[in-house]
Amino acid sequence: MDFSDTPEEAAFRAEVRAFLEANAEPKSETRTVYPVSYGSLDMLPLAREWQRKKAEAGLVGLSWPKQYGGRALPQIYQVIFDQEQSNYLVPHSVFDIGLGMCIPTMMTFATEEQKTRFVGPAVRGEEIWCQLFSEPAAGSDVAALQTRSVKDGDDWVINGQKIWTSGAHFSDWGVLVTRSDPSLPKHKGLTFFFLNMKSPGITIKPIRQISDSSNFNEVFFTDVRIPDAQRLGAVGDGWKVAVATLMNERLAVGESREPNFADLFRLCRQLELEDGPALRNALIRDKLADWYVQQQGMRFTRFRTMTALSRGQTPGPESSMLKIVNANKRQAIARFGSELLEMTGSLVDPGLSPLKAVMQQALLDAPGTRIGGGTEEILRTVIAERVLGMPAEIRVDKDIPFKDLAKQ
Amino acid sequence: MNFDFSDEQQELRSQARRFLEKHCTPAKVNARLDGAPFDRTLWQAIADMGWMGTAIPEEYGGLGLSYIDLCVIAEELGRCVAPVPFSSSAYLATNAILQAADERQKTAWLPGLADGSVIGTFALSEGTAAPSAKTIGTTFDGKTLSGTKLPVIDADCADFAIVVARDSQGRIVLCRADLRQPAVAIEAVDSVDDSRGHAKVTFNRAPAELLAGQTGWSVIETLIDGAAVLVSFEQIGGAQRSLEMARDYSLQRRSFGRQIGSYQAIKHKLADMWIAIETARSNAYYGAWALQNGPAELPVAAAAARISACEAYWFASKENIQTHGGVGFTWEFDCHLYYRRAALLAVMLGSPRIWKDRLIQTLEQRNAA
Ligand SMILES: Cc1cc2nc3c(=O)[nH]c(=O)nc-3n(C[C@H](O)[C@H](O)[C@H](O)COP(=O)(O)OP(=O)(O)OC[C@H]3O[C@@H](n4cnc5c(N)ncnc54)[C@H](O)[C@@H]3O)c2cc1C
Repeated sequence: MDFSDTPEEAAFRAEVRAFLEANAEPKSETRTVYPVSYGSLDMLPLAREWQRKKAEAGLVGLSWPKQYGGRALPQIYQVIFDQEQSNYLVPHSVFDIGLGMCIPTMMTFATEEQKTRFVGPAVRGEEIWCQLFSEPAAGSDVAALQTRSVKDGDDWVINGQKIWTSGAHFSDWGVLVTRSDPSLPKHKGLTFFFLNMKSPGITIKPIRQISDSSNFNEVFFTDVRIPDAQRLGAVGDGWKVAVATLMNERLAVGESREPNFADLFRLCRQLELEDGPALRNALIRDKLADWYVQQQGMRFTRFRTMTALSRGQTPGPESSMLKIVNANKRQAIARFGSELLEMTGSLVDPGLSPLKAVMQQALLDAPGTRIGGGTEEILRTVIAERVLGMPAEIRVDKDIPFKDLAKQ
Repeated sequence: MNFDFSDEQQELRSQARRFLEKHCTPAKVNARLDGAPFDRTLWQAIADMGWMGTAIPEEYGGLGLSYIDLCVIAEELGRCVAPVPFSSSAYLATNAILQAADERQKTAWLPGLADGSVIGTFALSEGTAAPSAKTIGTTFDGKTLSGTKLPVIDADCADFAIVVARDSQGRIVLCRADLRQPAVAIEAVDSVDDSRGHAKVTFNRAPAELLAGQTGWSVIETLIDGAAVLVSFEQIGGAQRSLEMARDYSLQRRSFGRQIGSYQAIKHKLADMWIAIETARSNAYYGAWALQNGPAELPVAAAAARISACEAYWFASKENIQTHGGVGFTWEFDCHLYYRRAALLAVMLGSPRIWKDRLIQTLEQRNAA
């Protein structure tokens, strides 16, 4: 075990730092969040530009094979990059879903020609991808999805509806799970595709979130045609491909989003409480210490996962803990930080609160973090059953043909 | 001992609930949150029910009922996240006048508050510091007020504010200032819960009148204690509704072929909400009694009610969203109305951290005596 950088890692860290210094603004005592929010339309070109710069510097897809624009480095290099980047103000990455989930799925299941066509543009930020899994009646239970695919000549014809599709409104491509055979049990009759989001027959309706931005969408399919060549995995094997995508999602969990420990620490360093500087207050110190320990616990857990990966092991369900802890920590810090500002803790106006009201603004976004990418209830069950080997929940619908389920 | 509401109060509750379900729908709250102006028709309809004058004595135009009756109404208003300045006007401004004004002022000012024709609010906070005798920087020179209050809730619709200020001898005083006058600048600011207006209010040598009955920080503490009890009922009303929404949804929503309410993860979550709410409710009942009959108990009872109600509402409103999954995170569903209001009420009268400190301080002093 060695937590210090190897000479190669140290050199890479220096390279990343030099890149960031030259191209981005560091976080400061007054600002820890990028000034243009995820929900804003102005954000997209800025995010693309940032991605392009990173790609030019060879800092995207670090662990990918060289022929696809990667650097074939061990996974730990991504951790190093994320760590360094978290000290800077950078646009919200609209590429995380594509690079973290869709493209890795393509790497495993697409043809050589397709990989050559799609990986580069995704890396350079030229094409954005989205994940079309969830449906109104299939969220936690995503295998209950109903969107139909029917083979017609060399094409498949898609009808149905997806929901909660993050970034669908600005995506170029998407990965899609469909039901191709309802006469089979629910996990068996699924088929997986990738498709052009500008295909005729797709209608996208943004959904307004409680934070008032609209980052996710309803996506309706009316006789949308997808060439059979864009099928990933065998007909009826869609669940296997979907699970591979979801495995990659676990890995995509990076440094926890703001407000995190560092933001709260910054806030407390600036704040005078009734009995003196906030950092001198015993309750504040107690809370800060707890969150520091949680943050480091997650950071080092991620190191362990990366180590396992670099030894060729696949990421296990253990990584579910990162999501549970980080999402709850974020919501708790947002609340605690807001309440520290007393009556101004209800103001979201960036001009009226320290750190541009990062705490108050996050309050309205944090609930989504606990739901998106698998709810914490589901993830706890995953840990209990797959890590601890406890008996599985009784499953009433597993072996019944899907078409008969609806009748129940 | 009788630790429940009377039959008349239960009747008042069902009447209030029927009225609010009809007139104060989630759609109205949502519209206001979305920028619709203050709904004066709704306010007038509430005024016509006589609620604002519930605890105002009859000689000043009120109904002369008790604070316990007002608590019943508070719970119902909280239940529907009412987008009205009730707490600002009917608890804070009204009680400030009842407690700190002289006879002439009460006679002049209370009838308008009681019949809803005049709306008041309370201007205390001046920024990130917890308000205390030390932090008040707004000054009163005997005739005019100078200083900035941030935030002032409901300043967009209030006619006047009761302003906490420091007089030329450095004493803490309460003054009444008209908000609609040239020497007062009202700048709207965005908040987590815009179903209640928030503003930065600057007094620039604004003419104001001293509340001539009582002065000193202790008046403000008593006033806030009372408001904390009333607000704790609003919080419980909102928390209870959050729990009901979560329960209804978990009975109807299915995953893996089962109602999500059949999973223990959801059952335990709902049971925990219920425990938090009932704990808060019991503390709030004691607070209501103390507000009406036991002034010596009020500081401790109010703090206990407030701390547990803040916790219950936070927990119930956030876990209601969680129980709803993706739809809970949408604007279209009503879950967020409660989460927003929970966040607002948690800081409106001082954060739980401050109240915990005060609670233990009071207990300490009491044990020393
Ligand atoms: C911000 C955000 C972004 C998202 N982005 C995408 C995206 O890009 N692409 C995509 O496909 N999807 C996306 N989703 C959808 C997300 O994956 C689902 O919302 C999530 O899986 C939950 O599904 P649901 O909303 O249907 O809730 P439900 O599954 O209906 O769950 C409701 C509640 O029941 C609980 N529950 C359900 N089943 C069980 C059980 N067996 N045991 C215990 N508790 C249970 C849940 O934990 C939850 O509390 C996003 C969601 C959010 C909030």
